[in-house]
Amino acid sequence: MSLYVFLAIVVCGFVTIASRVLPFILVKQFELPAFIVKFLSFMPITIMSALMFENMLIARSGQLPLFDWQNIWAAIPAVIAGILTKSLLVIVVVGIVAMAALRFYGIG
Amino acid sequence: MNADLSFRAGIKDVVPTLFGYIGVGLAFGVIGHTSHLSILVIAFMSLWVYAGASQFIIANMLLVHDPISAIAVSTFLVNSRMILMSTTLAQYFRKDSMLNNIGIALLTTDETFALAMNKLNRTKQQLSAKWQHAANLLAYATWAVATVVGAWLGSLIESPEKLGLDFALVAMFIGLVYLQLISDKSIKFAVQLLVMLFVAICLYFAMAVMPGNMAVLLATVLGCLFGMVIEK
Repeated sequence: MSLYVFLAIVVCGFVTIASRVLPFILVKQFELPAFIVKFLSFMPITIMSALMFENMLIARSGQLPLFDWQNIWAAIPAVIAGILTKSLLVIVVVGIVAMAALRFYGIG
Repeated sequence: MNADLSFRAGIKDVVPTLFGYIGVGLAFGVIGHTSHLSILVIAFMSLWVYAGASQFIIANMLLVHDPISAIAVSTFLVNSRMILMSTTLAQYFRKDSMLNNIGIALLTTDETFALAMNKLNRTKQQLSAKWQHAANLLAYATWAVATVVGAWLGSLIESPEKLGLDFALVAMFIGLVYLQLISDKSIKFAVQLLVMLFVAICLYFAMAVMPGNMAVLLATVLGCLFGMVIEK
């Protein structure tokens, strides 16, 4: 491991630690104002939706993204599995199997 | 998932999300290997930086010998949504000790955050430090092991994506969004659907003018503001 690689990883580790730990320390010390609590109450659905939709799109620099049809097709059985079972494990396994099948048959 | 907030329940609840860590971890190991990073460097990065998307970018920037300052800034930007997630999650651990808070903070990820938000819907909006530690620690160990195994397999497997494992992460987010949608009673169902639609539209247009991670952050912030406006 070169010094360059070592230092880069050490510095990046401090960056991720700060992003995670400082909010916890601040929130423990100070009561958040009501409007921030209200704002954050939408965080779960918005950030999870954004991460999910990002995976359904293919970025192209300077242009509108394309739809990632393979991921969208594989998502359909995963969603159906979710409606039927409400189980995260089943959703994930069905999704993996659906994607493997799509690729095996060269679809999407 | 039920109302049980014990350490054991944390272990049990986190299991479905582990597929995501395994899929992405293996992929990172393989890519780390092809970026000429040794298994030691990959293990060190997974244990010390512990941030999925950031690690891919760091590996890539190390390969082209970018300056450390640029790598640090990229890591911060890609990982900046952690500030929003940590602030949200921290509200449920204010009564726990500072040591417990820091311990939870250190190992918070997209997935364990999302899992905790889902858990809240079953526990009358309560979380416990031991439940969160259990979920976090198992996720952390799985990530480290998966990346190391990926690095080791890197020389053996030609195209790991054939197995569909990389889709585990996407499927996991689909599952967490769906479960959030049907179980979060604190926000009206119709409001959640509108917020989701708004986030999708924002993300679509934002991705044309900025990198995906920044677009996610912008769409998230706009989505929260939109939610505040329409709920009034």
